Amino acid sequence: MSDLHHLSIAKLVDGLQNQHFSSVELTDHFLKRINTLDKKVNSFITIDEEGARQAAQQADDRRSAGDNSVLLGLPMAHKDLFCTKGLLTTSGSKILHSFGSPYDATIVSNIREAGAVCLGKLNMDEFAMGSDNESSYYGAVHNPWDLSRVPGGSSGGSAAAVAAGFVPFATGSDTGGSIRQPASFCGLTGIKPTYGRVSRFGMIAYASSLDQAGTFGRSAQDCAYLLQPMAGHDARDATSIKRDVPDYVADLQSAAAQADADKPFAGLRIGVAKEYFGKGLDAEVDANVRAALKQYEELGATIVEVNITDPEITLATYYMLAPAEASSNLSRFDGVRFGYRCEDPKDLADLYTRSRSEGFGVEVQRRILMGTYALSAGYFDAYYTKAQKVRRLILQDFKNAFEKCDVIASPTAPTAAYKLDAALDPVTMYLGDVYTIGVNLAGLPAISMPAGFTESGLPIGLQLIGNHWDDSKLLSTAHIFQQHTDHHTKLSATAQESI
Amino acid sequence: MTAITESNTTHQPIRKELLIDGYEVVIGIEIHCQLNTDSKIFSSSPTKFGNEPNTQANIVDLGLPGVLPVLNEGLIERALKFGIGVNAELGLLNTFDRKNYFYPDLPKGYQITQMENPIVGKGYIDVIVNEGQKNEYAKRIGITRGHLEEDAGKSVHDAVPGMTGVDLNRAGTPLIEIVSEPDMRSASEAVAYIKAIHQLVTWLDISDAIMAEGSFRCDCNVSVRQPGEEFGTRTELKNLNSFRNIENAIKREIERQIDIIEDGGKVVQATMLYDPEADETRIMRTKEDADDYRYFPDPDLLPVRIEQETVDAIRASMPELPVVRRERFSTELGLSEYDARILTDSRELADYFESVLATVGTEHAKLAANWIMGDLLGALNKDDKTITDSPISEVQLAGLLKRLNDNTLSGKLAKQVFTALYDGEGGNEADAADKIIEAKGLKQETDTGAIKAIVEEVIANNQAMVDEYKGGKEKAFNGLVGQVMKASRGKANPQQVNQILKEILG
Repeated sequence: MSDLHHLSIAKLVDGLQNQHFSSVELTDHFLKRINTLDKKVNSFITIDEEGARQAAQQADDRRSAGDNSVLLGLPMAHKDLFCTKGLLTTSGSKILHSFGSPYDATIVSNIREAGAVCLGKLNMDEFAMGSDNESSYYGAVHNPWDLSRVPGGSSGGSAAAVAAGFVPFATGSDTGGSIRQPASFCGLTGIKPTYGRVSRFGMIAYASSLDQAGTFGRSAQDCAYLLQPMAGHDARDATSIKRDVPDYVADLQSAAAQADADKPFAGLRIGVAKEYFGKGLDAEVDANVRAALKQYEELGATIVEVNITDPEITLATYYMLAPAEASSNLSRFDGVRFGYRCEDPKDLADLYTRSRSEGFGVEVQRRILMGTYALSAGYFDAYYTKAQKVRRLILQDFKNAFEKCDVIASPTAPTAAYKLDAALDPVTMYLGDVYTIGVNLAGLPAISMPAGFTESGLPIGLQLIGNHWDDSKLLSTAHIFQQHTDHHTKLSATAQESI
Repeated sequence: MTAITESNTTHQPIRKELLIDGYEVVIGIEIHCQLNTDSKIFSSSPTKFGNEPNTQANIVDLGLPGVLPVLNEGLIERALKFGIGVNAELGLLNTFDRKNYFYPDLPKGYQITQMENPIVGKGYIDVIVNEGQKNEYAKRIGITRGHLEEDAGKSVHDAVPGMTGVDLNRAGTPLIEIVSEPDMRSASEAVAYIKAIHQLVTWLDISDAIMAEGSFRCDCNVSVRQPGEEFGTRTELKNLNSFRNIENAIKREIERQIDIIEDGGKVVQATMLYDPEADETRIMRTKEDADDYRYFPDPDLLPVRIEQETVDAIRASMPELPVVRRERFSTELGLSEYDARILTDSRELADYFESVLATVGTEHAKLAANWIMGDLLGALNKDDKTITDSPISEVQLAGLLKRLNDNTLSGKLAKQVFTALYDGEGGNEADAADKIIEAKGLKQETDTGAIKAIVEEVIANNQAMVDEYKGGKEKAFNGLVGQVMKASRGKANPQQVNQILKEILG
């Protein structure tokens, strides 16, 4: 029972359904690992032992009563920007240090109803703004592959927890790469679904038109299991779309079953854009991603050249629009109704100014200021309006590319995980998002999966971008690859630690 | 209606009689009108007025982290009705924008409104200024736009000493903000416009429009200029909560501005408060510290496209508008301007009137109008009630009028029956009047023989009066009629009594 955390979701489901172990045992196993090892990783902000044990017991009771739901009794954890009733929900910020949410996010209640057991809330960059998880008020997260390195961000806690074997899978959110880049840094698979696929109700907003919830797992199939209860229309989110939800696990299994044994990717056209292999790309990352693409070709895929928008233009567009939306989204954190309030405010202006200056960290304040500037009278047309126009062109470029290919492949991030104390200046850090943000601006689905390792053993991610609503196709394309390769089966140092 | 489609802003002839000390007054008005959906514009909380603070604010209204707005579809129909009612271009592509500013009663730190693509575009409304007075005249007022938006909560300054409380019951209440062209040239024109809009929104049943409860709030932008010159600097009178206050506030503000200019000063752009006690306007804040609201499209709400079929269906279901109905009442039913105006004061009253006519026939329109405007509205007013509270239903009133028309009742008897009906006698059915007539024996006596017998008896008993009459004293005749009526206990048909008396006395 000591290596339960090495098992895939399919094996865990099988073990629970065939009563090789109970949810209480499974939950205990993961809680013990968290309690022993998370001191080094710092992936959790809140550990809900009591709630988790209760939920596990209930799952076992349901099991005894004949309930055989797929996710019943499976431990998981949520990124700390999903509101959870009765639990602290901080979004990584001091300003929400005391915010116990009175309600559940739609995905939180959906996952609970599916029977999964929530072990707690995961660390993240403050308000999901950051790419290395160092902007969290609750401390930096350490990469389980090398504790001196960052796990990526903003869903750094989610990625680190799964990579460390603290939970078999976890939720995350992705506004500009916040699932894919930490998945890449932590050797995981992570999917950012099509915008509108997963409800945003109860997910604390960073940039509403870009935010989308998704999942982390050790494989595409693991991700598919958790995505299932999250996907679907929600009447409480006007941007969620009414559209049938496929059975992701069944889809990828039947795709694998139907695929040719030697050339499973026969007929698949993978678009490669030179814009994704330009300056700034680390040589080892370049080599490993190209090797992975070679494997795809060997397995029958055809590589076609496509063009997408210059990533530097995409980056500039993102850093106009995301902060603009954020500056407004974060106005509700004003010290009046909930969260942090400064001591002895002199007057209303003082209450606002100090509560926000003391409650928000540097990166958040920087983005609020950038966004406020972009929306200001006299600048709005030059910045915000223009960026919206460019956004439409970025989408058009992707649409044109998808005329020629089924998926687009790229490195997920220009580098592998860097050192915690790298103290990147903001612009260098923003450049780390260069391959992932276009997807959010276009509302497309994308997945990151392990594609190899650096000399020093750090994971490298391959990103696959799909056309709108091709979430299932992306999962299958990654799943079949993972059936023929073993990058995703490697374990981080922390995951290999027994207790 | 005449087909004038353009607002008359630019080419309005100057009415000399409206000039004040030679100055022309220019007024534009913004009305915040609460639309009467049961729930709020972006949440499922109720919109009732006067509940305990913060009892009708849910997580969405509180602006908690993670919550999202979802548009209440019922508002689209209401706003479109308004747009059709003011002959406006309708916005078929609706988008919502955020107006960003910090205030404790604004939970999200922004208000969701329609800046770029409002649901109601340019339109107009025809109003009557100084209605019912000698100097009455008609005028067309341009409407710039009408847009949907959410209301803010309320800051409560007197609940906790030294502290400001926040009540979010009103936060998210649905409003349509109706913006007029600067077309009004006097306080009377402003009041006529506001009354017309008020009548329209209640007529269309899209708003309760109760000024005292804040569900119909008027902000008036007032400036003065020498005729022919550019617009002067305007001030905005806020939170005016009665027609009387609106009129007085505008008048005082005009005087204040003219005084400043006459003294060689300049009017400063400002938001003004009107103090009804002192009957004066005061500066609340100047616009120098104007905020930059950083409007931008709300990414939480997708554009709402309205299909032409939806508009057509709403247009087909629109009630006849007050202006049209009033016109029809005078031309088709032959009512006086005055009667037509009173009877179209509210849609319910006009419906009541026409419902009575449906039973008694349009040829008795004048009779029905008289009874409704006189007896019924008089009684209702006395009880502080409106037509919708009338204890006499349309068919019951019609039943009474029928008995007048078929001579069962005299005018005097009919008043007695009316009083009984109003007091709830005669039951709830259509034949209540008949039951009262039956029960009280109020049927008019029209049998010539029976009346003759009474007349003869009265003549026999009042020889002195008869002599006086025969001696040339006409007044004595009325005395005799009175005696006959008294002897018949009011039931004898007065015309017949007259006739028979004359026959007998020669």
